[in-house]
Amino acid sequence: MTARAPKDRALHALTLSATVIILAMLGVVVLDVARGGARAMSWEFLSAYPKRGMTAGGIYPAIVGTATLTLLMTVAAIPAGVATAVYLSEYAPPRSALARVVRVCIANLAGIPSIVFGLFGLGFFVSTLGTAIDRAVFPGTVTYGQPCLVWASLTLAILTLPVVVVSTEEALQAVPREIREASLALGATHFQTVLRVVLPEARRGILTAGILAVSRGAGEVAPIMFTGAAYFLRELPTYLNDPFMNLGYHVYVLSTQSPDVERTKPLLYGTALVLLALTFLLNLVAIGVRARSRQVRMAAD
Amino acid sequence: MAATARTLARPATPKASPGSDALRRRVRWVERGAETAIMLVAITSIVSVLLILIFVGKEALPILTSAAVHREVTPLGLIVPHPGSGFVWQPVSSDPKYNILPLFAGSLKITLIALMISVPLSLLAALYVAEFAGKRTREMVKPAIELLAGIPSVVVGFFALAVMSTLVQRVFGTEHRLNALVAGIGLSFAVCPIVFSISEDALRAVPDTYRAAALALGAPRSETLLRVVVPAAAPGISAAIVLGFGRAIGETMIVVLASGNAALLDAHVGRSTRTVTATIAQELGEVVVGSPHYHVLFALGALLFVVTLLVNVVGERSIARMRARARGASR
Repeated sequence: MTARAPKDRALHALTLSATVIILAMLGVVVLDVARGGARAMSWEFLSAYPKRGMTAGGIYPAIVGTATLTLLMTVAAIPAGVATAVYLSEYAPPRSALARVVRVCIANLAGIPSIVFGLFGLGFFVSTLGTAIDRAVFPGTVTYGQPCLVWASLTLAILTLPVVVVSTEEALQAVPREIREASLALGATHFQTVLRVVLPEARRGILTAGILAVSRGAGEVAPIMFTGAAYFLRELPTYLNDPFMNLGYHVYVLSTQSPDVERTKPLLYGTALVLLALTFLLNLVAIGVRARSRQVRMAAD
Repeated sequence: MAATARTLARPATPKASPGSDALRRRVRWVERGAETAIMLVAITSIVSVLLILIFVGKEALPILTSAAVHREVTPLGLIVPHPGSGFVWQPVSSDPKYNILPLFAGSLKITLIALMISVPLSLLAALYVAEFAGKRTREMVKPAIELLAGIPSVVVGFFALAVMSTLVQRVFGTEHRLNALVAGIGLSFAVCPIVFSISEDALRAVPDTYRAAALALGAPRSETLLRVVVPAAAPGISAAIVLGFGRAIGETMIVVLASGNAALLDAHVGRSTRTVTATIAQELGEVVVGSPHYHVLFALGALLFVVTLLVNVVGERSIARMRARARGASR
C-alpha cells in the first residue's frame, strides 16, 4: 500500500527511520567488535593461556570453561524443559490449575534479574546444598561447599529453563492433532504416542530450544560471578567441583580490573569477538532451523 | 498393517492371554510411571521460584531480625539519612554507611533514560514492521532484532565502555566519562528488542476489520493507525513498556561496565551513577559471608526481586488480556 497524503508519508518515513536506528544498534556493536577483535585473532589467542598478568597470551581456558559450563547446563535444562513442555502440551487437562501455576512460574522465572540468580546460586547451591553435601559425604573438607562448575551450571539451567519450555511447547503445539490420533487409533498408548510420534515430529523445535538456551547461557555473567567463575586459573576444570574461567566473565574482569588498559584492549576485543561470534552463530542457526521447519510445515499443509 | 492385525488377533488365542495380561499390566505401569515422572519434572519451575524466594529471602532476613546485624545497620538506617553525612552508601569504611536510596535512585535514573530512548524508537519500529513493511522486509527485520536481543549484555557493556563513552563525552561534554547517560544508551540496546517484539505482537493482534472500517470512513492511513490501531493495541503496548522497565531495572552487566559506579544521589545524567544491580555484582565477591554487608546485599537482591516480580505480574496480565481480546474479536 503506498502512502498518498503527506501525513501518511511522514509517518511512514518516521517509523522507517526508527527501524533503521534499531538495526543500526545491532550493526555498530557487531562491526566494532568484529573490527577490533579481528586484530587480536590468531591461533595462539585461541589456544594459549593468558600470560603476564593477562596482558598477553590467549583465552583457551575461558573457551573450554564456557563450553563445559554450557554443556553441563544443557544436560540439566533440556530434559527438565522438554518434560515441562510435554506436560503442559500433552498431559495437563484443559483448565488445569497445576498447569496454570507452572505457566505463571515459567513467565516469572524469565523475568527475574540475572543477578538475583547469582544471589540464589550462592545462597542455595553453594552455601546450603554444597555445605550439606560436604557435611554428609566429605566431612571436614570444603569440596562442594564452594563456588564451582556444577553450581554455576545448575544456576544457569534454572535461568534458561523458560527458554527451553517456551520454544519446545511451541514446537509440540505445531504437531498436527491428526498424527496423534492416528497413533492412538493404531493402539499406541498415550506415552508411546508422545515418545515415538510427537517428540520425533517436534525434534527441530527441541533442537532450536537447545540452541537458544546454550546461546543465552553462554552469554550470561551475573549468575556465575559468585557461583564458580574464576579470574584466572592455571588448569582446566576436571571435576564438577572445580572453578572455571568463562568468556563473558573474562570480558568483565579485563574491562574493570586490568592493570594496563591500553595493553589489554586487543585481548578484550578478541574475547568479546569470540563470545559474540559464538552466541551470534548459535542464534543464526536457531533462526535458520525455525524458518526451515516453518517451510516444511507449510509445504505439508 | 500385518503388525496391527497380529495385535488384534492376539487376545483371541487363549494361550497368549496370561502373557498379554502381564504385558497390559506392564504397559499400564509404564504409562502411570511416565505420567507421574513428567508431572514431577514439570513442577521444577514452581520449586525453583519458591527456592529463589526462600533462599534470597533467608539471607536478607537478618536485616530485620538479627541483633548482631542491627549493631551496624538497622532497617530504618537503609532509608533514613545518616546523621552528618546524609544519603551515603559507603559499606567499606570504619563507620559503614548503608543508605540504599542513592542506589535505587541510580537504577531509576538509568532505567528512565533507557526507556526514554527505547520506547519511542521501538514503538515506531513496531508500527513500521506491523503496518508498513512488506512480508519480506518483516521476515528480515524481526530476526535481526532477535539477534540484537541475543548479544550478551557484557558485550554491549564493553562496547558502551570502550566506544560510546568517548563519543558521548565528546558530543555532550559530560562531567564523567562513564555516567548515567552512557549506561542508559547501552541499556536501550537490551530494552529495544523486548518493547519492539511485544508491541509488534500487540499491533498485529488488532483485527483487520478495525483498519478496514476506519479506512472505509475515509480516514487517511496515518489517522487510522494513530487513532484506531494504536489505541486498540494500547494494553499490549503498555505491557511492552512495563516489561521493558523490568528488563532495564534488573540488567547488571551493561550498567556495571558503563555507569561509573559512584553512589551519588543526584539527577545529573552526565555524572557517574551506581545501581542496585551493579552494587551487588561488585561487592558480593569481596564480602565476608554472614556479615551485615552480606545481608544488606541480599536485601537489595530481595527488593529487586519483589519489584521485578510485581512488574512481571502486571505485564503478563495485560498480555493475557490482549490475547483474550484478540481471540474474542477474531471469532
